[in-house]
Amino acid sequence: MNAALSQTPPAAVGTAIELRSVTKVFQTGTAGSVTALDEVSLAIRDNEFFTLLGPSGCGKTTLLRLIAGFEQVTRGDILLFGDDVAGLPPHKRPINTVFQHYALFPHMTVAENVAFGLRMLRRNKAEIRRTVETMLTLVKMPDLGERKSSQLSGGQQQRVALARALANHPRVLLLDEPLSALDLKLRQEMRLELKTLQRETGITFIFVTHDQEEALTMSDRIAVLQAGRIQQVGTPDAIYEHPANPFVANFMGETNLLSAVLGTVERDMIRCQLEGGAEVLARPVGTKAAGCRVTLSLRPERIVLTADPGSGLAGRITDCLYRGTDTSYRVKLERGPELQVYEQNVADHSHGMSVGDSVRALIAPGAARILVG
Amino acid sequence: MMAGPRTFDLKRYPGFGFIAAVCLGLLYLPLFVLVFFSFNERRSVSNWSEFSLDWYAKALANDAIRQAATNSFLVATVATISATILATAAALATTRVPRFRGLTGCYAVINSPLMVPEIVTAVALLSFLSLIGLELGVGNVMIAHTVFCLPFAYLPIRARLHGMDTALEQAAADLYADPVQTFRHVTLPMLMPGIVAGAALAFVISLDDFIITQMVASAGATTLPVYIYSQVRMGVTPEVNAVSSMLLGVSIVIVSLAVLLRKKETT
Repeated sequence: MNAALSQTPPAAVGTAIELRSVTKVFQTGTAGSVTALDEVSLAIRDNEFFTLLGPSGCGKTTLLRLIAGFEQVTRGDILLFGDDVAGLPPHKRPINTVFQHYALFPHMTVAENVAFGLRMLRRNKAEIRRTVETMLTLVKMPDLGERKSSQLSGGQQQRVALARALANHPRVLLLDEPLSALDLKLRQEMRLELKTLQRETGITFIFVTHDQEEALTMSDRIAVLQAGRIQQVGTPDAIYEHPANPFVANFMGETNLLSAVLGTVERDMIRCQLEGGAEVLARPVGTKAAGCRVTLSLRPERIVLTADPGSGLAGRITDCLYRGTDTSYRVKLERGPELQVYEQNVADHSHGMSVGDSVRALIAPGAARILVG
Repeated sequence: MMAGPRTFDLKRYPGFGFIAAVCLGLLYLPLFVLVFFSFNERRSVSNWSEFSLDWYAKALANDAIRQAATNSFLVATVATISATILATAAALATTRVPRFRGLTGCYAVINSPLMVPEIVTAVALLSFLSLIGLELGVGNVMIAHTVFCLPFAYLPIRARLHGMDTALEQAAADLYADPVQTFRHVTLPMLMPGIVAGAALAFVISLDDFIITQMVASAGATTLPVYIYSQVRMGVTPEVNAVSSMLLGVSIVIVSLAVLLRKKETT
């Protein structure tokens, strides 16, 4: 986790939101309680596209609701540009939200929806009209201002929700799984648009999602949450390449989690002996010395299969699944565990390998990561 | 909606048409007879002679009827407005708060006028009002009507609020609306169909009430149903039919308006 943090560049600008040991406990029924967030500390920078990523029930939405002001913390502090916002109701926070199901006002037109925040702030009519026009153009819906929000498609509602939130020029925009209700193509399109919008407006985006691909493609930094705790914070590549623990490694894409025993150090690599005797080379981490039992994460796309018997680890293909852009193999090592391997289909029938074939698995030194957690 | 060949269709059951006809007949034949004889030229409500509007003219010219009708509308209007306001507040208080112990008890208390036999409410109100010495004439009737109209206004409003996504109110708060603005610009407009339905129901219930009004109304505070009853005791004339028909007409118009308004709101 420290390694991941140190890889991100130092903040050029200020901190937008700082969470200090934030804990949220929900009372359930008469006696029980659920700890949704447990001592979460986090600093989100100004102008950053920051993603809260985790499976459902991990506490990410609760965190968003605490920042928006819909819930109050049980313990800890939330600082907004340095000011403690404890007890401040939602309407007094310079933050706007794009809700998961958009929450557009069905009794108003699109333009009235977008104008709502500015009307509440008692801006003058000319300014409101101008801003509404700008915003609808920004989200590529310039001519739909007079429509009722109930007459819009899902994608259009999404854009209106975005325009409505951005119209107030908030310093922080919260997005609660805004793409989850859209179909795949539209979702991919909106990813790019959101990212562009964030860069152009310079507003701090805090984006909540359970979709790791969304998080990887859009974020400047990601915080991975699980069971109310932050597992890792870092840039997308730092989190993908150097997961802090088995949970992060598994949640961010697919991986082979292998138990190994550390051996001798060889130049800048350390020998890791897998169960069965096969060895791979990994970068040493921290104080772990020879004889230590560790877990390795080895991404399936980092393993190369070859028929050439002169190199790599010997194994046999036990399963083969064609997936279009790549083929997914399962390879049982002769002196080791079974591995998941992805091979890009760069040519017709790239390898011509099938179940039962003997193969060699090439694993580059350092491809396997020692997990610290 | 077209029912597919395999879907359950009550209409195909033997005897359905007969039972439906009997039920509808029981419901509407008496009303039809009542309205029919209000147009009778002669002073009989069972022997038809020829068409005439004389009884309507006579009823409209009758000072006692006009006084009773004025009272009825005054009482219904005031009771509807107060009951609807109270019901809206009660609906907000029972849906927009975290669940608390005794919430079910609250529902029961608010809806008790529906459960308590009307004659009991009537006697209770009569003795209570005389106990505290309140003698406001029509005012007493208005208070009594507000009491029993409350649940009729409450139920549709609560149903509407219950089905309303709280995310809308959160969105308003997120967009800088304070609680009062949120209520005015989001909750209230969204709630309007429920309020219209509740108010219409309350108005019709108040307009048609007899038992409680009979107990509570002092001389001069007579409403239309109470007047009709006093006339019927002296024998039914087509004049009573005419007044009843007009009362029926007003009720139908109000309920239809409420239905139309709701339709317009939802489309």
